[in-house]
Amino acid sequence: MKPSEDYKNDLISLFRSQPLAVLATHNRGQPYGSLVAFAATDDLNYLIFSTTRSTRKFANLSADPRVAMVIDNRSNHPSDLRFAKAVTATGRAEEIPIHESGDFQAIYLNKHPHLEDFVSSPSTALIKIRVEVYYLVTRFQNVVEIRLT
Amino acid sequence: MTAFILTLDQLDEEHRPLVGGKAFSLAAMHQSGFLVPPAICITVEAYRHYIAATGLLDQIVLDLYRKRFEEMRWEEIWDTALRIRNAFLKTPVPGDLQEALLREFESRFSENPVSVRSSAPGEDSSKTSFAGLHESFVNIRGPEAILAHVRLVWASLWSDRALLYRQEIGLDVKRSAMAVLVQEMILGERSGIIFGKSPTDPGHSVVEAVHGLNQGLVDGTIEPDQWHLDRKTGAVLSHTPVVREKAMRPGRHGARIEPLSPALRDQAPLGEMELSEVYNLCMRSEALFRAPQDMEWTYRGRDLYALQSRPITTALQTKGDDQRPWYLSLHRSFENLKTLRTRIEGELIPAMEREAQELARLDLGSLSNAELADEIHRRRQIHERWLDTYKRDCIPFAHGMRLFGHVYNDRVQPDDPFEFVELLSETGMVSTRRNQMLQELAGMIQHDATLLDCLKNESVKTCGEAFAEKYNALVSQFGDIAWGESRFIQDERDLLTLLMEMAASSIDVRGNETGRVDRLQHDFLAMFEPDQQSLALEILDMARASYRLRDDDNIYLGKIEGQVLAAVEEGRSRLAKEQEAGVGDMDRDQVLDALRGKEPIRSQRKPSRAGDQEGTYSVAARQIVGQPAGPGLAAGRARVIYQHSDLFVFKRGEVLVCDAIDPGMTFVIPLASAVVERRGGMLIHGAIIAREYGLPCVTGVPDATRWIKTGDTITVDGYLGLVIIGEGILSREIVNPQENM
Repeated sequence: MKPSEDYKNDLISLFRSQPLAVLATHNRGQPYGSLVAFAATDDLNYLIFSTTRSTRKFANLSADPRVAMVIDNRSNHPSDLRFAKAVTATGRAEEIPIHESGDFQAIYLNKHPHLEDFVSSPSTALIKIRVEVYYLVTRFQNVVEIRLT
Repeated sequence: MTAFILTLDQLDEEHRPLVGGKAFSLAAMHQSGFLVPPAICITVEAYRHYIAATGLLDQIVLDLYRKRFEEMRWEEIWDTALRIRNAFLKTPVPGDLQEALLREFESRFSENPVSVRSSAPGEDSSKTSFAGLHESFVNIRGPEAILAHVRLVWASLWSDRALLYRQEIGLDVKRSAMAVLVQEMILGERSGIIFGKSPTDPGHSVVEAVHGLNQGLVDGTIEPDQWHLDRKTGAVLSHTPVVREKAMRPGRHGARIEPLSPALRDQAPLGEMELSEVYNLCMRSEALFRAPQDMEWTYRGRDLYALQSRPITTALQTKGDDQRPWYLSLHRSFENLKTLRTRIEGELIPAMEREAQELARLDLGSLSNAELADEIHRRRQIHERWLDTYKRDCIPFAHGMRLFGHVYNDRVQPDDPFEFVELLSETGMVSTRRNQMLQELAGMIQHDATLLDCLKNESVKTCGEAFAEKYNALVSQFGDIAWGESRFIQDERDLLTLLMEMAASSIDVRGNETGRVDRLQHDFLAMFEPDQQSLALEILDMARASYRLRDDDNIYLGKIEGQVLAAVEEGRSRLAKEQEAGVGDMDRDQVLDALRGKEPIRSQRKPSRAGDQEGTYSVAARQIVGQPAGPGLAAGRARVIYQHSDLFVFKRGEVLVCDAIDPGMTFVIPLASAVVERRGGMLIHGAIIAREYGLPCVTGVPDATRWIKTGDTITVDGYLGLVIIGEGILSREIVNPQENM
């Protein structure tokens, strides 16, 4: 059994290696998935992504903030079943008010500098997910729950 | 497209990576005028085409990386290799390649016997010797049979031995490949090896020779005559003859051991002329390859054939803690297994039984404290001696099961590579007899309310003769078997609690469907020619003995250990009377010291097994992958077994979770709904006993006893080898059926 610090480091390095993640929201029970550019805070408490306010995902999470996000390092090859890692995070999403956005925006743009124009557009919202649980899947079927308390 | 097949005439330096060192050297010798067996090479491109076109490559990845290698025991590595081997057996060669190969085999060899040998690129380039990691087969006849064995050689790229040395040989799913050498079989009358330069005495060359084929020499079944020659002149310096009794001769398939005729027994395999020819052959090869050579050769009539030549490599240097040479040594030939079986059944088990009985006869109460301390010491030495014997003779005998597994899978080609295990069960293990006696006692309680009431408060001897008699029979046969730091019948009350739990509801044994074993056995034997069936039955019988003894010899060893514990308990109870504090926690050394009047050193050993909680987050396992060792699906509350007392509070329907199942603890398994074991393997006690009772079983679950706690609801998926911790749809239905009605 690995020390829990190792799991935390596994997550951090996976999150650093992956620019994109899949966000799951729902519209009155109908699930909806979207690809987003994301970043994570170092303490792993928050996942951050951005979206324009006219999107379905924004409408969905405004109506119900409960969301999930999947981050993985698959290469879309059958051997992914053994070699890829996948993390499902569950938690609550909320838009970061402009006056609080400083640190979050710095973390986000540090990872995605090319999105600076996009993020600074008035029509774009920066969203943070307060993560409750990470489910880390390795070797296809090993599942470990990392609960943030 | 690169060629799939190359002849010895076609090969040159650029082909070396395609055909491996073994084939390349033979081609070089052939082209320089050496007499070598006619042969063709199936290049690594054929292997690559096969595994890519059939999807086998992805299958290998799935099997190989199921678990981290560091978390796998050798048994699990063997199991993995067997799965991969079976996948090769089940996967036909794609049409175009198959046609090309069969056509070539037909035109070159027709029905003549050939040998099919591995020639892995990279295998010979190493400075270290790794001979024997891959398979080779001799005396194979006919295109279809040759092709089948080519697949087995391909599969052996992933043999357990190769996997053990994966780092040293650079084994890699994406890059590694296997070439195969198909050689006309030279049915030599005398064969052997030569070291051009002795590793221990650089001035000598060493020749070893036997009558018959040299497989017997190479695999160690037949002892050779040995000569030392002057490396410069070839002059014979010394000859060490042996008692010559047997020779390996070609059978209808493969090779078999035959007794030597009286005339040949008295005759060394080589005369002086021939020794000189063999020496000259080796020196020519050394000149060709510009390095001292290690060669295999054979004489057919007057013709001396070079079968193989490779540079002399140093034997693998092993560090003290490297267990791998020991694992390699567990691969035993059928002949060797027969010898082991005679020894275990005829000598060791009766001697262990005698030893335990003799020890039990000694009246420990009559000894002084100092004498008791000496007796504990003596018993521990006896136990350790038996442990050594167990390791030397009993553990290797377990290979009988594995040998049969290969034979069964080769012939039957079942979908499930572990189907053969079903043929091994119901062999009347000693531990099963103990478990049956427990069932009978539980049955008596179940049908007798007065007895039950009596046992709740009273001791056995006051609760009726019939029960007491049966109970005492159980105690006298099995009472002393040790598990952990206690004996089976350490405490009568504990055992009665367990029996009453067993009596509370009837146990339904969900064993194999009736007749299945007979049917499997019939189907297995039907795969052999009538004249081979008796040999097939012999191999099956050996495997059954191997399966049964693997359990039994632990029971007998447990009886001897039980006698160590009996003496330690006597010491503890004396020390307790002398008001020694903390006697209950004293280990064997401490009891011994205290009896001798020394101040025992107290140890603080409390295993930490709390869930992992650090700062602001906690980690818990939700689903753990192990090996599917017994099919079925079950959920229940976990009972994690750390010590003796955990066994006796086992409740019906609980899932048994432990580090390693030992025959000394399998009596609770009839109460369990499933079995989870940290130690991995398909052929280990936990898997064996779970299958006997038809229970879902997952073995090789890393850190099982740390992730899972007693009382956790867990689901055991014995089909896929998964353990799921926590509530789920299935566990709710199974654990609390009434709530879902």
